[in-house]
Amino acid sequence: MGEIKTAGELNKKYLREGMWPTIFCNGCGNGVVLEYTFWALEELGLDMDKVAFASGIGCSSRLPGYINADGLHTTHGRAIAFATGLKAANPDLTVIIFTGDGDCAGIGGNHFIHAARRNIDMTVIMINNFIYGMTGGQLAPTTPIGGIATTAPYGNIEHPFDLCVVAKALGASYVARWTVSHPYQPIKSIKEGIQKKGFSYIEFLAPCPTAYGRRNKLGDIQRLWEWYDKNTILIEDYERIMKYGDEKEKERAKKMIQIGVFQDVEKPEFFTEYQKLVERLQGNTITKTSSVKSKKMVVKK
Amino acid sequence: MIDTGNYIAAKAAVMAKPDVVAAYPITPQTTVVEGIANYLEKGEFTGEYICVESEHSAMSACIGASAMGVRTFTATSSHGLLLMHEMLHWAALARLPIVMCNINRVIGPGWNIWADENDSISQRDTGWIQFYCSSNQEIFDTIIQSYKLAENEKVLLPVMINYNAFILSHTSMPVDIPDQREIDEFLPKFKPKWNLDINNPVTFGNIIGPEYYIKVRKAMQDAHKNAKKLIPEIAREWKKKFGRFHGDLLEKYRCDDAEYILLAMGAIAAESKVAVDEMQRKGLKIGLARIRTFRPFPKESILQLSENADLIVIDRNISVGSEGVLFNEVKAALYHKSDARVNGFITGLGGRDVTYKDIESMCRKTVEGKANECEWYGI
Repeated sequence: MGEIKTAGELNKKYLREGMWPTIFCNGCGNGVVLEYTFWALEELGLDMDKVAFASGIGCSSRLPGYINADGLHTTHGRAIAFATGLKAANPDLTVIIFTGDGDCAGIGGNHFIHAARRNIDMTVIMINNFIYGMTGGQLAPTTPIGGIATTAPYGNIEHPFDLCVVAKALGASYVARWTVSHPYQPIKSIKEGIQKKGFSYIEFLAPCPTAYGRRNKLGDIQRLWEWYDKNTILIEDYERIMKYGDEKEKERAKKMIQIGVFQDVEKPEFFTEYQKLVERLQGNTITKTSSVKSKKMVVKK
Repeated sequence: MIDTGNYIAAKAAVMAKPDVVAAYPITPQTTVVEGIANYLEKGEFTGEYICVESEHSAMSACIGASAMGVRTFTATSSHGLLLMHEMLHWAALARLPIVMCNINRVIGPGWNIWADENDSISQRDTGWIQFYCSSNQEIFDTIIQSYKLAENEKVLLPVMINYNAFILSHTSMPVDIPDQREIDEFLPKFKPKWNLDINNPVTFGNIIGPEYYIKVRKAMQDAHKNAKKLIPEIAREWKKKFGRFHGDLLEKYRCDDAEYILLAMGAIAAESKVAVDEMQRKGLKIGLARIRTFRPFPKESILQLSENADLIVIDRNISVGSEGVLFNEVKAALYHKSDARVNGFITGLGGRDVTYKDIESMCRKTVEGKANECEWYGI
């Protein structure tokens, strides 16, 4: 196949067509994130035999099943823990995780924190729809204050998680957030995330018309998608308003969700450091008898 | 009231007036806790309702609340129950009368959301009392009865009420709901004998050595023995007050003069009644003993049944490397005391439908002497 120019050609290459149709509802953002990921993989020209996917539970975690590549569909919240094992067994792999807000910020929060803290080389693509969509719309740790959920019929009173801020504070190498209605920036971010030697976290604000939009009276699918444009602000714009804006502008900006690249730094990566440690301790004397495991640990340049 | 098993469970839980409900969503349990949230919205539920971050946390929150001496409720299913495993042991060893619904669902991988009893069967040794229900009415009645049982000073154990995914959880059936006043008369407010109290400081869960630990386990076993006596008493009291009876530890159905007795649990046991009617109509002397409580296990009743009949056991679970778990336990109950033949079938795993015709063909195979001791049906 020559150079890919259309989404149809892209899908033919990357999608597992036997799994069609998908489970996603009309107006869902998951398929769009998958498409952005395919473009990023295509532009990077990665060998798909060296890419592995992992996911937990939830609508977004169904994505690896639709990709024509190796994938692990694991238990609720544990995708990052499974992926850590995957990476340990073969550090040469490019590991991409699809997860949702309930999966990543809720039940799997601890794994997220520790993978980011260790700076393990993996790319976490988190699709945030503010709700537990697959189970029918229960309150998530990301539901905005006042948001209606089946288990919060009066509106949410819990403070939502901002995982970008958490990941940044933990020192993750790459942290970004976009909405699914941004066509170009996400592809760039996914590419940067995959190329980054370290923990990359890319969050997508994605609509769930069935379990969130409908219940919160956010309008039809088009209006719901527009909601994401109207309620987000670029980090740079936010900072400019905070510096030079008037009070009214500042108040407005504070109510919006910031998008953009939150962090992009170079930092020692866990398995690279691990390999250095093995080499230092085993030195020249033990190299000949080193285990299969330590041989596998060698990161090929 | 006509409603699904899950909404009926929510209604029962609210009418039992728990002070704390903590839960995490999982298919097919979600409508139980959504139902409770609706009652909260209407002002019919006045307890605390917490949406926690995992099932492990849900059970932990129930443990904390129960240690304070209040009534608690939660519901889960499948992987949610498995994630609770550590806390299930804790709740039972701490002797906390927590009541929980578990909607029997498949364990992954090979993700699947249909009926299968391996989730709760694999929690067999945690010390929880386990009921298996066969109708929405039984779900309602068992939840209320369970609080009375769990909170009894001679028991003080958590109770798990199991029912099959979708077959009961999402199927509407007519259910008779008593008045709140009648429920309150049957189930008065919980008065704990031991609880955390700032005026009388105690520490729960302290370190104990081998000289006491074995006594803790023995006390749990004694509590299960007491539960064996109390379950029939509570069931009879319920019958007297509300006119309904679902059986003691097991429910006998057309067992008189039976030459064969079928043993099953949950939805398969409900379907078995149809199969038994059909077979008796055709002249086969076969009855049904529906296992209502798997823990404590109705060993004595099964032994009694085996005096005049051979047994056929249907399991919607498997202890891989061994056999169907109910089959295994039934044989253990008879060991050295009965020479009845026991045949076991493993079927319905992963939500595979088991109809009365399937049950009839398993029974016929046994009666005709063509069945192996333990075999798979419907592979």
